[in-house]
Amino acid sequence: MNFLSALGDGLVIARRNLIKLKRVPDVLVFVLLSPIMFVLLFAYVFGSAIDIPGGSYREFLMAGIFGQTVVFGATFTGAGLAEDMQKGIIDRFRSLPMSRAAVVFGRTASDVVYNIITLTVMATAGLIVGWRVRGSLLDALAGFLLLLLFAYSVSWIMALLGLSVPSPEVLNNASFIVIFPMTFIANTFVPAESLPSVLRVFAEWNPISSLVQAVRELFGNIPPGAPEPASWPLQNPVVYTVFWACLIIAVFAPLAVRRYVRVAKKS
Amino acid sequence: MKEIIHATGLVKRYGEVVALDGLDLSVREGTIVALLGPNGAGKTTAVSVLTTLIEPDEGAATVAGIDVLSDPAEVRKLIGLSGQYAAVDQDLTGFENLDMIGCLYHLGRKKARSRARELLDRFDLADAADRPVKTYSGGMRRRLDLAGALVAESPVLFLDEPTTGLDLISRRELWGLIRTLVDQGATLLLTTQYLEEADRLADDVLVIDKGKTIAHGTVDELKDMVGGERIAVKVTNRDDLPAAHEILGRAAVGELQGDERSRTVVAPVSGGTRELAGVLEAFESHRVRISEVVLRRPTLDDVFLALTGASAESGEETPPPAKPGRRGRGSR
Repeated sequence: MNFLSALGDGLVIARRNLIKLKRVPDVLVFVLLSPIMFVLLFAYVFGSAIDIPGGSYREFLMAGIFGQTVVFGATFTGAGLAEDMQKGIIDRFRSLPMSRAAVVFGRTASDVVYNIITLTVMATAGLIVGWRVRGSLLDALAGFLLLLLFAYSVSWIMALLGLSVPSPEVLNNASFIVIFPMTFIANTFVPAESLPSVLRVFAEWNPISSLVQAVRELFGNIPPGAPEPASWPLQNPVVYTVFWACLIIAVFAPLAVRRYVRVAKKS
Repeated sequence: MKEIIHATGLVKRYGEVVALDGLDLSVREGTIVALLGPNGAGKTTAVSVLTTLIEPDEGAATVAGIDVLSDPAEVRKLIGLSGQYAAVDQDLTGFENLDMIGCLYHLGRKKARSRARELLDRFDLADAADRPVKTYSGGMRRRLDLAGALVAESPVLFLDEPTTGLDLISRRELWGLIRTLVDQGATLLLTTQYLEEADRLADDVLVIDKGKTIAHGTVDELKDMVGGERIAVKVTNRDDLPAAHEILGRAAVGELQGDERSRTVVAPVSGGTRELAGVLEAFESHRVRISEVVLRRPTLDDVFLALTGASAESGEETPPPAKPGRRGRGSR
């Protein structure tokens, strides 16, 4: 099975997933509403209470919400796979002369499209509440690409989880326990410097912090008077984030594919 | 004729349950072979091994000369499978399902599309082609699933209980479709628990029970194995069953088969209608009331009863002639 035909099979599966998304839009609508709600909640409820020296909290906030949303969105990958494994269609796939990696690869690929839709809706919501890109358009584009890359890598973690749980419901609950602290003990909603010592160290080395920091810089949303970050990851956020994304893909993609082959064989 | 499916000594265990217990199997090119057996006999497991879905614990199998264990990817290029439950995507339309399957068989975009339309026409699904499958009836889903197995015009087809759960009309329709496939030169292995289905479709029947082949032959050969005719009597009152056993026992040339729940006793006889008249007279003089009586050729069910002491269609044991020491059956 060569790489090109594996890619082709993956795209066939990705197309199938996107058709399903179009046909069952309730999922998409629900998942889109929550980031919009987050934008509004933080902008209007916390916006006045949380003070960012020298800048606007709403602008500071947007990168954080972008980051949190795409990481949360990765749960979708796992839930989708967990659901697929319960359906009869998997038996069909297993009997076809297709690449063994195609089902997992196709799922992570269709979720990139899904993330593009989410980011577009959120950016629009952000623009409405007063968020602006202060840097160059090219930098902003790089910021969105970085979000997509990191989200893609987390998709592979969730793919492995989705293939390891008995049902999609379990995945939603399990991932919630991990993702919530990961996205909150970070500089998503408050500057990392303001956290107490242990949490602060965790936040500084948390790749979600570096992702948000990088996006904030690329969008030109760092408040003018903000202190220079003290830790290396936050000083070199783009490099650090890309490093993590590649590392996660390199480790979890083979694990997820292997897991798929094993699970598919057992049933 | 060339042998196209060959398996020897297949063993598959699920914990305590032995799903396949040294199954041997051979299918010649261009024939329809039915694996007949009750639920849990190991039919689905056998098909799963031959279609590379599961690996057996022991034994070997080839499809079109290719080893199922060492080269599953090659085998998948040659087979079409339609499973026990419809393996189609509910959210996709009929067309999208077949188109996707065609692409995954690497037919190419254009060929996949035209093949999908062609099959939808042939399976009488053209009107529903662009509707999501979840709006289909059970029979339509089965037809679509069967169409899925035919997308690549694979030379070897596996249909696992293709008509289970369908009403009689849909079942007859599907039988017609299946038969045309083989007229076009495909080889077909199908599993069924319906004796009539094996009777109608199969050139050869393998009767399997508890993971083993217990008989093999054409439908007529199997019926001849049991021989003669049968008188089946259904008594009106359950209390009359012992009397019915006694009366029929005198006329029978072999062992009686009784089923308490349906209040039926079946006796193999040799005297035809003359015997029947005598039996009816005996029932009359003993004042045993009968609600049904038939004289018939043996059915495959009789074959199955004679071989295993259990009814194939119900998968349940009938008390009198049951052999001792039967093991429990698993879900496979």
